[in-house]
Amino acid sequence: MANEPRGMLSPYRALDLTDEKGLLCGKILGDLGADVIKIERPGGDPARNIGPFYHDEPDPEKSLLWFSLNTSKRGITLNIETADGREIFKKLVKTADFVIESFPPGYLDKLGLGYSALDKIKPGIILISITSFGQTGPYRDYKISDIVAWALSGEMSGWGEPDRPPVRISNHSQSYLNAAADGAIGALVALYQRRDTGEGQQIDVSIQEALSIMDGGNRNPAWSRNPGMVRKRGAAEMPNAGHRTTRIYPCKDGYVSWSHGGTSPLAPSLPLIKWMQAEGMSTEFIDGFDWSRPDFGGIPQEEMDQIEGPTTKFFMTKTKAELLEGAVKYNVMLYPVATTADMFQDIQLKARGFWVEVEHPELNTRITYPGAFGLCSEAPPRISRRAPLIGEHNQEIYEGELGISKERLTVLKQAGVI
Amino acid sequence: MKKLLEGIRSVEVTVYVTGPVTTQLLADCGAEAIQIETGSRRMGAAGFRRTEERKNATGKLSVSLNFTTPKGLELARRLISKADIFVENLAGGTLGRRGLGYEDIRKIKPDIIYLATCMQGQTGPHSKHAASGHKLSALTGYNHITGWPDREPGWVGTYTDFVAPRYNIIAILAALEYRRQTGKGMFLDMSQYESGIQFMAPAILDYTVNKRVAGRMGNQCSYAAPHNAYRCQGEDRWCTISVFTDEEWHNFCKVIGNPALAGDSRFATLLTRKENEEELDKLVNEWTGSRTAEDVMSKMQAGGVAAGVVENVRDQVENDPQLKARQFFWEIESPEAKKYINSPPPYYRLALRTRQGPLLGENNDYVFKDILGMSDEEIAELVKEGAIA
Repeated sequence: MANEPRGMLSPYRALDLTDEKGLLCGKILGDLGADVIKIERPGGDPARNIGPFYHDEPDPEKSLLWFSLNTSKRGITLNIETADGREIFKKLVKTADFVIESFPPGYLDKLGLGYSALDKIKPGIILISITSFGQTGPYRDYKISDIVAWALSGEMSGWGEPDRPPVRISNHSQSYLNAAADGAIGALVALYQRRDTGEGQQIDVSIQEALSIMDGGNRNPAWSRNPGMVRKRGAAEMPNAGHRTTRIYPCKDGYVSWSHGGTSPLAPSLPLIKWMQAEGMSTEFIDGFDWSRPDFGGIPQEEMDQIEGPTTKFFMTKTKAELLEGAVKYNVMLYPVATTADMFQDIQLKARGFWVEVEHPELNTRITYPGAFGLCSEAPPRISRRAPLIGEHNQEIYEGELGISKERLTVLKQAGVI
Repeated sequence: MKKLLEGIRSVEVTVYVTGPVTTQLLADCGAEAIQIETGSRRMGAAGFRRTEERKNATGKLSVSLNFTTPKGLELARRLISKADIFVENLAGGTLGRRGLGYEDIRKIKPDIIYLATCMQGQTGPHSKHAASGHKLSALTGYNHITGWPDREPGWVGTYTDFVAPRYNIIAILAALEYRRQTGKGMFLDMSQYESGIQFMAPAILDYTVNKRVAGRMGNQCSYAAPHNAYRCQGEDRWCTISVFTDEEWHNFCKVIGNPALAGDSRFATLLTRKENEEELDKLVNEWTGSRTAEDVMSKMQAGGVAAGVVENVRDQVENDPQLKARQFFWEIESPEAKKYINSPPPYYRLALRTRQGPLLGENNDYVFKDILGMSDEEIAELVKEGAIA
């Protein structure tokens, strides 16, 4: 890849053994320029069976989840449960800086491929282990799924409506993405330290812990201040609140996220009131209301209703796009509840050149992907190739790089090794 | 023992969540992280931050400067020029107008790694718009896909506030590595909108390819049943259970003491379980309703079925044996007698035990004397002039 633009991690190679739980980690390193080799079991990784699918055709080569989490990786198939497979894997480890895995704790050890074994093969190797509950502790062998992760992270208890069960974010598994991103962070911190010490390490990422970080900075000190105060779904945010604040309002073609907060720094009401006044949609009560009153959070429901009622009426005259435009114009801290369709039309993302087209020649098409996670003035992250097909780079890597002969590859193929 | 990021110095002008969380990793891993704070509310920083909850500031140093005076700004410039990394999360363009933008800093510190994070990035028609993580999570599509299909969009707190810092940290660490290779610094223009969207990628592709707009599914998963949070004994107690495979279904039936149910024609296959999911959920609720959430979880897990208590803050901090065993929560020292708990950053296996965040300006002396080489007289003069606030 001599002509490829340089990425920040171009000198490094990662071997990616993960399933759905860890795929994003390798994508991040790959988009940053690392040479990431996705190692799948013969026949392909189970995550290829997760939808949505290209044109709704369920096919391991058409999973859009797979596409989106495996960009900038090459792909080979290898059964590391066979002796030959392990020998080949060890050869690859000698060329690698990172190994990323999401097997149950102890699985790699049983195969003789645990951290200390890998470190002997390639001193300084960094092993990133992304597991349900981490490598230690009484839940270490517990099973996880996305909904279970959300439950045990403490976050879900506050989400949903009082008359229904707590709820997770729908569709694909968000919890795994959080954990896999943490894996990438661990990988880079370990890389930094390796430069000084020459030593690698195992990064032990727990999916439960990755999600428990979410809002823990608010939740946990709050518990210290008010032990015994447990947040309830759909209840007022603050203890001793005089009212329940509406946080999601309907508008002409959907919903908008807004809450009144007087002059509070995160929800100042005044800019919105100015906008309502400019359009003649304020009321006498609102015009006369003292927005700077320090007890705003404690005003009775009846007064809050006189603020929220006209606000709802105002929002109902606006579309999501008009609300976004007005928010920018009047400096109102609101955003529409966008759908994926709305985001795709967003003028800001377009102006920054966010979306990227990725070629999928075998489907005879180009697909629009979310672009880089940030604009970097040097060696910017980018999608260097689409996700690999099953065993797409077997020949390139086994024959071209490891020098395994065609005859031997045929034997290995028949033995279910590759 | 040498700390992970020893020798690295970061300076920050940050408020609320995304900025402070970003640099918290650096501090936790042993970098010298210096917060520039202002006594006034002009920079949005100090006014509402109570010393008792200086979260996301553990192990950081604090200096207090007055940004409304030219000398205060000059001191900030000098301090940033002594840093490897600078992080700010004010509304787009704010620091540029004060002469502290990337182009200004780069003149005096060419290899600075300068990260600016705001709602929508430093360029484009919406770059200057300020909002909060609550609202940005809506713009980034998360509210729309949370909750029940027959109800309004659900609440996801400030979800993107916890996605964005992860990418910020990755960008900083990668930039440090790149600087090591090339000697070059860089400008990292991080839009929380753009990093937040990364976690929407599969749903985005479903739209760009299939024109399908992802919606709300409650707790359903299209290829699993049962898959929900089930009511347990006690007030507002729930346990989640998920069954994906036939094997898990058989295990589930054994756990509830009804192995015959596995072959019941209404539920024997995933397709029939999905068709009769409402009935199935009712049945599961009948079983869980008379048991504690903890009991449901341990029985299911022992039987090979993924299950987890819907933990609230009490469960997390006081009860969860896994988090206890892994010492997930830290007690942090506080200027008061009271102890505060905090959860560590995700990479905490690497991180260090830290202390409570600093008081405003607590480290003025160290920073101005040891790092900037100023004399007591100079400092006293600047305090008198109001540049050091």
